[in-house]
Amino acid sequence: MPGTAAIEVVDLGKTYMTADAGIPALEQLNFRVAPGEFVSVLGPSGCGKTTLMRIVAGLTAPTSGAVAVDGVPVSGPQRKIGLVFQVPALMQWRSALGNVLLPTEILGLERTASRKRAHELLELVGLAEFAARYPRELSGGMQQRVGIARALVHDPAILLLDEPFSALDIMTRNQLNTELMRIWSERRKTSLLITHSIPEAVYLSDRVIVLGPRPARILDIVAVALPRPREPAMRVSLSFLQIVDRIGRLIGLEYV
Amino acid sequence: MTFETMPSAPVHRALKLILTLALLIAAWELVCRALEIPVFLIPAPSQVAWRLYEKRDLYLLHTWITLYETTAGFLLAVVFGIVSAAIIVVIPRLRDVVMPLLLVAQLVPKVAIAPLLLIWFGYGLFPKILVAFLVAFFPIVVNGASGLASVQPELLDLGSSLQASRWQTFWKFRIPSALPELFSGMKIAVTLAIIGAIIGEFVGGNRGLGYLIIVANQELDTPLAFAAIFLLSAAGIALYAVIELFERMLIPWHAPATPAAAAT
Repeated sequence: MPGTAAIEVVDLGKTYMTADAGIPALEQLNFRVAPGEFVSVLGPSGCGKTTLMRIVAGLTAPTSGAVAVDGVPVSGPQRKIGLVFQVPALMQWRSALGNVLLPTEILGLERTASRKRAHELLELVGLAEFAARYPRELSGGMQQRVGIARALVHDPAILLLDEPFSALDIMTRNQLNTELMRIWSERRKTSLLITHSIPEAVYLSDRVIVLGPRPARILDIVAVALPRPREPAMRVSLSFLQIVDRIGRLIGLEYV
Repeated sequence: MTFETMPSAPVHRALKLILTLALLIAAWELVCRALEIPVFLIPAPSQVAWRLYEKRDLYLLHTWITLYETTAGFLLAVVFGIVSAAIIVVIPRLRDVVMPLLLVAQLVPKVAIAPLLLIWFGYGLFPKILVAFLVAFFPIVVNGASGLASVQPELLDLGSSLQASRWQTFWKFRIPSALPELFSGMKIAVTLAIIGAIIGEFVGGNRGLGYLIIVANQELDTPLAFAAIFLLSAAGIALYAVIELFERMLIPWHAPATPAAAAT
């Protein structure tokens, strides 16, 4: 692949040390994510997907190998990353707007411009009228949308999403898949989505990195050759289901 | 139907409480009169009330003294308690030294050292404030530290990914997260602070409601003692209410949902 990759993972390995033994979590991972690409990392629960995300974010150090973001080796936390967590992780004491503004305050960005941006992002995630609401007044899906707006507010180069919809009911989840798709289409932010839902990964991604059980190795990287923009109706099309089935077989599930 | 009755629910509860108290006091009065219980054993409520009215200036002065000692000791405990809690949480290396020390200090019965404080600091207000401080300190440190440590781990991850400074992490994440637990610690602490002040007054001095109780006992003036106890309880309730008011103002997100909020 020519040019600088947005994310480049080379021979990445992570072993957790316990008192008497090392527990390997990730082994020999190699992949690249191109700028503007949407890539999912899919694997069974507990296979080390979150560890991979933390390493890319610079929150956890790898045992071996290296990660580079925008051609720069990752050696610690980096501000050019936007994080969306499994739980909304909102501050209960701040309004939706206040939560979205948090990163700009930490980074010391100019206030007026930040507020304008935060309002735009709340509109982008469909919460323009809820800017003044507090998290406890918002539904789980709405809270997660605030989380997405917060991750985008400092205009990061890369969006890392760690199973952001796994705590939501299936209807809200599908709806937010469509929302995320729209947001990504508008912003074209390089995105790495950690998920254990095959349809979610296929629906959203350009490519799906399929991990095996612990210690996680890459079983295959599946290109999703579905046209964009993608409509929800595509989720029941034959070509969609064929890709889902192929990935399912890779990890030992038989979907069809 | 339920919506109409809900807003008046607190009023209903208050009425029920007042009614119950009134009934208890009436029963107490009746029993004292019917059985002709001697005043020095158990005075009737009317006798206590009369005593309160009769010596209101005296009571006001001594109540003020005890309130002053309690509040001063409590506020000192809040300041030092929060600072200690912050040190314990932010500097883990110090925790291993400070925590056992605090625990040992807590295990020393404060009542036992109150006479010593008298020897060291005299008969003024200061040793009373000190006892109040000592008993109120511990719950604030423990609840404060546990509150400061209760931040959602994802928020801390978010902070470190943005390279937030220690100060930013502390101020933006830890302090607000700690408030609910800190306030429950402060509510325990304020009731303990009153006990501390009274212990201080019991041991020595010539002012405060604790002193008044000792004098009343020596003179077998039981209505006086009862009146002092009544005022002590009232002062305790008032201080508790003030803290709860601050709690509602400072952490509205933690307050139980009001019917109005639930309806939206």
